[in-house]
Amino acid sequence: MKVDRVLVDGVASGEVLVLDAPLSIWGGVDTESGRIVHATHPQFGESLAGKIVVLPYGRGSSSSSSVLAEMLRIGTGPAGLILEEPDSILVIGVLVAGRLYGTRCPIVVASSTPPDGGVWRITGDELESAH
Amino acid sequence: MYLELVQLSEKDRSLLAGELGKAQKLAMGLLIAVGETDGAHHLIDIEAAHIDGCSYHGKAGVDFAHILVEGGGRVQVPTTLNVSSLDLLHPDLYKGDSTVAESVRGLMDHYVALGCRPTWTCAPYQLRDRPSFGQQIAWGESNAIVFANSVLGARTNRYGDFMDICCALTGRAPYAGLHTDAGRLATIQFDVSVPNSILDDDLAYPLLGHVLGQLAGNRVPVITGLDERASEDRLKALGAAAASSGAVGMFHAVGVTPEAATLSEALGDAPPQQVVDLSLDTLRDARRELTTAIGTLGAVSVGTPHMSLDEMASLAALVDGHKTAVPFYVNTSRDVLSEAETAGVMTPIESFGAVVVTDTCTYITPIMGDIEGDVMTNSGKWAYYAPANLGVSVVIGSLVDCVESAVTGSAVTTGEWS
Repeated sequence: MKVDRVLVDGVASGEVLVLDAPLSIWGGVDTESGRIVHATHPQFGESLAGKIVVLPYGRGSSSSSSVLAEMLRIGTGPAGLILEEPDSILVIGVLVAGRLYGTRCPIVVASSTPPDGGVWRITGDELESAH
Repeated sequence: MYLELVQLSEKDRSLLAGELGKAQKLAMGLLIAVGETDGAHHLIDIEAAHIDGCSYHGKAGVDFAHILVEGGGRVQVPTTLNVSSLDLLHPDLYKGDSTVAESVRGLMDHYVALGCRPTWTCAPYQLRDRPSFGQQIAWGESNAIVFANSVLGARTNRYGDFMDICCALTGRAPYAGLHTDAGRLATIQFDVSVPNSILDDDLAYPLLGHVLGQLAGNRVPVITGLDERASEDRLKALGAAAASSGAVGMFHAVGVTPEAATLSEALGDAPPQQVVDLSLDTLRDARRELTTAIGTLGAVSVGTPHMSLDEMASLAALVDGHKTAVPFYVNTSRDVLSEAETAGVMTPIESFGAVVVTDTCTYITPIMGDIEGDVMTNSGKWAYYAPANLGVSVVIGSLVDCVESAVTGSAVTTGEWS
């Protein structure tokens, strides 16, 4: 299916992790492991590493750009992000990591019917189930 | 790939072409990408910036600042710096890894080399030359963003690390969101109806902010039912909590904040998407949610965001003649500390046994060490982040209760909160 918008272009595939609440990557995720450490988050304990993460939007701290860039640098970052609404704090984190380290993490907006599980691939403005 | 959507001025194009150096070129490219994300059609001049990127979150932040310095970057507008992870005035307070401390120092030095002012505070609105009503600015640090927009009436979007310095290096920002008239209108209304005594209690404000953030998400809320008792310090606490539990970049309080003389002004004469009633019970629930502790009191930490001079004076009056029974941390800026010293309010605070922390904050860096027991705080933001950041359990209470608890050595909460 077509996404609504491409915020950061690229190709990625991975197991889908759906977040049922917005997440502040700073303070909410352990950089070293990629795991969600915010105790009251519905997906507490899940890891973002290598996943196609579906989330409404980022939340809270403006430090999330740095933390996302650092996670991509050390390999604990998500493979790609599917947002319900554009979020420039996440976009710039991905762009800076790409510029510094050549890492990839496409970000798209898909508000209507985002994937709810399984393995998915983002290819530019296309989302497809990869089983 | 983004150029067709964001219209560039001649100056923007020359920056993008690298005519003013590599750092400015990189900054302009990132600015345009973010402008595209935010739906901006052009960029505008900004008059000031506040940088959150000087807080240390690993090597990526240092590497980015390094290439900006190497690329000849220099800020184009007056630029202040947020807290980092070291207290340069009291370096012995840092109990973390010395290699990390060196990296942090390098990061801080890079931002100063870019021409930023070493203010090291999360409350730049407490500095003397703060932005004024209507000014376009580019601020990082979620609590500062919400204060600038809501209380000062200055205009900034929620800028993250990296983006903040890109704006400062170019003097430009994408014209979108909270920079525009339309983006500042409220779409969700909160009607606060609580006993009069509650609005006299400092604790009401961070609790209100916590609920606001949870329900407003990334919308602009308007609050009715507050009055002149919502002082700047109380609005600071409210906004900081709302920007932690939610992505709130601005709120209105009818009759209190400058763009909400009336409810219809805040809403732009349109009906709100949602109306929420906030009662004392809602605030009590928020207090229970932010209090994760039930055991013995191990320490107290106040001043997140950094204490203002007024708050330092209130603290001095509360602690005068007492001694704290547990470690008691006071977070503030070096500028406020200096003003507090001049005003003579530091003597009782020091005699009380408080540890004053500047340039950083106790919830982002290893200063408190191993705490035996719970930590009490007057901050919704501290209560929200500290359990995950520091692995501590937290009790939230007003400044009065924090001092009382420190003196008696066990957490007490007064008022109508239970």
